[in-house]
Amino acid sequence: MQTLIQSVEEEQIAARGDREVVELRPGDTVRVHNRIVEGRNERVQIFQGTIIRLSGSGVNRSVTVRRVAAHGVGVERTFMVYSPRVEKIEVMRHAQVRRAKLYFLRDRTGKRARLVEKRY
Amino acid sequence: MKGILGRKVGMTQIFDESGKVIPVTVLEAGPCFVTQIRTKRNDGYQAVQLGFGEISPTRVTRAERGHLEKAKVPTLRHLRELRVDDVSSYQEGQRLDVSQFEVGDRVDVIGISKGRGFAGVVKRYGFRGGPKTHGQSDRTRAPGSIGAGTTPGHVIKGMRMPGRMGNQRVTVQNLKVVLVDPDRNLIAVRGAVPGVRGGDLIIHEAIKRRKGE
Repeated sequence: MQTLIQSVEEEQIAARGDREVVELRPGDTVRVHNRIVEGRNERVQIFQGTIIRLSGSGVNRSVTVRRVAAHGVGVERTFMVYSPRVEKIEVMRHAQVRRAKLYFLRDRTGKRARLVEKRY
Repeated sequence: MKGILGRKVGMTQIFDESGKVIPVTVLEAGPCFVTQIRTKRNDGYQAVQLGFGEISPTRVTRAERGHLEKAKVPTLRHLRELRVDDVSSYQEGQRLDVSQFEVGDRVDVIGISKGRGFAGVVKRYGFRGGPKTHGQSDRTRAPGSIGAGTTPGHVIKGMRMPGRMGNQRVTVQNLKVVLVDPDRNLIAVRGAVPGVRGGDLIIHEAIKRRKGE
């Protein structure tokens, strides 16, 4: 029965077709190309930051990206990975992390908020 | 009246054209067979009896087997009647599947709600319960007063009190069909449907029309 639900979800993912599914991991630095509809116009906005949380499974997969904007203001945005509004997600670099949720980054600023890069 | 019998598969979400997430319940419905037709002349009302869920012939009583053989249909687990205004378009043995519905249709879904056992008034009727503070003890989920004193001298009928909750027939009206897959006998509706996953359901065309549709 669970597999029936999964097959419906997989179809939804497959329906996207245009985008290969990239593997995302906590700590990755990513560029999210987000389609924004403003009245009639549509444009793509890029949000770059670190993945601090992955949640959900199947089509419900979502990713929370954190970036530190001007004046040290932390900005976190959550995207549905398979949303048609998300054009693509580029992985810039991987980091060495030891936990699934990187909430500790919220309490750190400057150099202490860095993550060690992991190379394959 | 279009209708079909089915089973709840579970909930998930899908994206619509604009990229909005819509919560859906996936139902496995049909194929159903018309096992008997009730006519005004024979039965005093018009309805079709639908059967769903193929099982081994050894699993049903001889009486049931005979009834199903008469309609020349496979052995079926569930039989339910569906009231229709006009039975002339149906015939015994006819096969019905989800293709009678299309995306955008409104349907009513009937199921048996999850049993909650013996529940208090806070859960059962949404009472607020008593205060937690100001010297209160063991009043937080109490029902409060259930009536006056000597006059009338009894609790009025229908007073909402604790008792068995759930495990009842529940109808959810006007659910929008968002997905139909005749190959796998699947149908998905926007929103929730009563009962457990795997629970039996009756799905039929909506009786009431929504404002402006």
